Amino acid sequence: MTSAVVRELSAELRGFREVQTLAYACAEAVAAQLKPGVTEREAARMQREWLRERGVRDWFHLPFAWFGDRTAFVNFRIPLQFFPTNRKLEAGMPFILDMAPVHKGFTADIGYSGCLGLNPVHDKLLADLEAHRELILREVRERRTLREIYEDVDRLMVRQGYANRHRAYPFGVIAHKVDRVRERRINPTLFGFGTQSLKGLASDAVHGHRDGWSPLWSPYKFSDHPPRPGLWAVEPHLGFRGTGAKFEEILVVTDSTDPEESAFWLDDDLPHVRRWAEGI
Amino acid sequence: MTDLMKIHGARERWVSTGGVELCVVELGDAARPTVVLVHGYPDSKEVWSEVATRLADRFHVVLYDVRGMGRSTAPAPLRGGYTLEKLTDDFMAVIDAVSPDRPVHLVGHDWGSVQSWEFVTVKRTEGRIASFTSMSGPSLDHFGHWIKQRMKRPTPRKVGQLLGQGAKSWYVYMLHTPVLPELAWRGPLGKRWPKILERVERVPAGDYPTPSLPSDAAHGAWLYRDNVRARLRRPREDAYAHTPVQLITPLGDAFLSPKLYDQLELWAPRLTRRTLPAKHWVPRTRPDQLTAWIGEFVTANEDLEAGVPAQRTVADGKYADRFGGQLVLVTGAGSGIGRATAFAFAEAGARVIAVDRDAESAARTAEMAQLIGAPTAWAETVDVTDEQAMEKLAEKVAAEYGVLDVLVNNAGIGLSGSFFDTTPEDWKKVLDVNLWGVIHGCRLFGKQMAERGQGGHIVNTASAAAYQPSKALPAYSTSKAAVLMLSECLRAELSDQGIGVSAICPGLVNTNITATARFAGVDAEEEKRRQKKSSRLYGLRNYPPEKVADAILSAVVHDKAVVPVTPEARGAHLMSRFTPRALRAIARMEPPL
Repeated sequence: MTSAVVRELSAELRGFREVQTLAYACAEAVAAQLKPGVTEREAARMQREWLRERGVRDWFHLPFAWFGDRTAFVNFRIPLQFFPTNRKLEAGMPFILDMAPVHKGFTADIGYSGCLGLNPVHDKLLADLEAHRELILREVRERRTLREIYEDVDRLMVRQGYANRHRAYPFGVIAHKVDRVRERRINPTLFGFGTQSLKGLASDAVHGHRDGWSPLWSPYKFSDHPPRPGLWAVEPHLGFRGTGAKFEEILVVTDSTDPEESAFWLDDDLPHVRRWAEGI
Repeated sequence: MTDLMKIHGARERWVSTGGVELCVVELGDAARPTVVLVHGYPDSKEVWSEVATRLADRFHVVLYDVRGMGRSTAPAPLRGGYTLEKLTDDFMAVIDAVSPDRPVHLVGHDWGSVQSWEFVTVKRTEGRIASFTSMSGPSLDHFGHWIKQRMKRPTPRKVGQLLGQGAKSWYVYMLHTPVLPELAWRGPLGKRWPKILERVERVPAGDYPTPSLPSDAAHGAWLYRDNVRARLRRPREDAYAHTPVQLITPLGDAFLSPKLYDQLELWAPRLTRRTLPAKHWVPRTRPDQLTAWIGEFVTANEDLEAGVPAQRTVADGKYADRFGGQLVLVTGAGSGIGRATAFAFAEAGARVIAVDRDAESAARTAEMAQLIGAPTAWAETVDVTDEQAMEKLAEKVAAEYGVLDVLVNNAGIGLSGSFFDTTPEDWKKVLDVNLWGVIHGCRLFGKQMAERGQGGHIVNTASAAAYQPSKALPAYSTSKAAVLMLSECLRAELSDQGIGVSAICPGLVNTNITATARFAGVDAEEEKRRQKKSSRLYGLRNYPPEKVADAILSAVVHDKAVVPVTPEARGAHLMSRFTPRALRAIARMEPPL
């Protein structure tokens, strides 16, 4: 894609940016309503209803909510454990809201970390995520292979003293591709994932398999290729002794030769980025 | 004159109450918070001399001889003169004399603690006691309920607990016989008691016990006769503590089972638990640790009273009762197992010294340790192979932080390659770090521990390679086998001094040891490839260093000698004992690199 194409695409990018903004607005609205005693299920329902009221009908995946040591996926063995439980929020507990709404055919996938009251460990984790956002963008622009970038992120986490918790996600992904989704009247979900989005991911996986790339950005051999143009929902997830923190947002990768245009974050006006800018 | 009176600023006064004269000694500035130390049986206030002198620079310390012991006069008649009600009268008289306006902090050992439980659970002392630290002395009322509960529904476990404590209480039955105990104490037992304490209880020799021991012990028999039967038969139903309680349980106590305190939270809602690997006479054998815990508890409750909110993160780790406030040094704490171990100790509330040759990563470990519960944490940049630097570190630690309670010699490097490819330089390097680092640590810090004479623990990180031979790791395995044997020998040598030594044999753990390992006999490029490959293999195995850290803490708590951690390390350990030939066959295999 040349820069002309990027400009041409910008209408489309605007669509993605709008839904990402909407999703983060939802996360902030729900986070503001969280109080001691609220369960993960209730928090997930609050996100679903908030977005439904604003026109979201389809999902890449249904909203998740993790509280306490579940933010670091402590003792997670099977994927079913990702689903919201009746764990109640308590003072000082960290929480993560993760949702992927589809709005007007555009997909967003975001992760929002917060904590109820004071939690210095959580603050530290969140502050240390900044280095990961910079590292990922820099190395994508350098066109390093996704597997190498994954390993570099891993090394940075180890240096910081943290555990890599995105390893717990299906296929251990740090990111996955997102795309436009056709709007339908009925939007069923399968294990929390929208069938339309799954279909898109599966078709990418099939095509990618032929051409030697994968829509899943993992530590495995199938990610041993340079970044593929498109939209990637990137979600580095740090864990430290029962406290976890992540962000998730869309990285735009193009085939421009200009490094600045070859990859950029879809939006820099996000809660975690603002937080770093304010130096908290 | 006793040694207590020789201390600068010691004041003696006499308090008369209920027909007896009590000898009271005060140390330290009377304007500071008052800490009252109550002694047990068969003791006098001098049992506290080590602790009292250490507390005196921060607190107003008050000690008194219980009636009929030390220099206090005995009631007449003795029978009926030792009921808990009368002992409470004595206590009230003492605190009214030494601290009429402010509540006092109470500390009791043995019978001093038994009495103190009465003080903190009766109505008339409400508002006069600010906190209570109990060691080796349960409330007779709680004890009575404990027995009743177990008699009412005698499950096998409960019967076991009853029989266990019943056997530990043999001396209580003896003391209920008439005249004989008095005769024994005033005769041969009184004469031999100091030697018995020294040999069996490992109480250091010195000016304790005092010459008044025979009469202390003879009079004190009435403590048992006047209270035990009455209270155990009809324990009070309202024995709830109205103060915060800190319970210090010596795990090696020959007279009291730690199970006695199982449901103490019901009686003392504001309870802080501490455990200590020591025998009964902790005021003599572990004065430093007691001083630290008493000081911390008193200060925290004073602050609470004054409305100062708690500042730091509360350490709520699994072993917080054991490691709270202890001083722990970890080498190689900048990454991997060392860092995870430093964090685990921090979570248990220990003060952590993170040593690494990389300054930045050591600092990072110390910083994070403080976030998760370490009251303080320091980073030290030292190469463990550097003898002089290690000596300097030992001096600095002793001067600035104190004597270590736990030392973890963890720093190590990897070296792979056939024996003939391993150059003398390679050998020197791996032995320098893996063996000499441990030797320096044990030599310097172990010596400080031994000289202090108040116990401690040394953990050496060996490896499963210490007993699993392999043609790929001759130098590394040799160095680790040496560490294993060194630990075993040192354990034997230090066991008399209450210092435990453990060797940890982790196995394949996902750390950066593979990424920094040297591969002998291959060029740089091939070495890089093998580092990457082995890192990926270890990553696939993905055994987290945090689990090794847990094993290390548990090894210290349970004083284990050799601890294989991962399943493969355990398997190899078993095979090395029972099927060594199979292990040798494995040693001949080519590693998949």
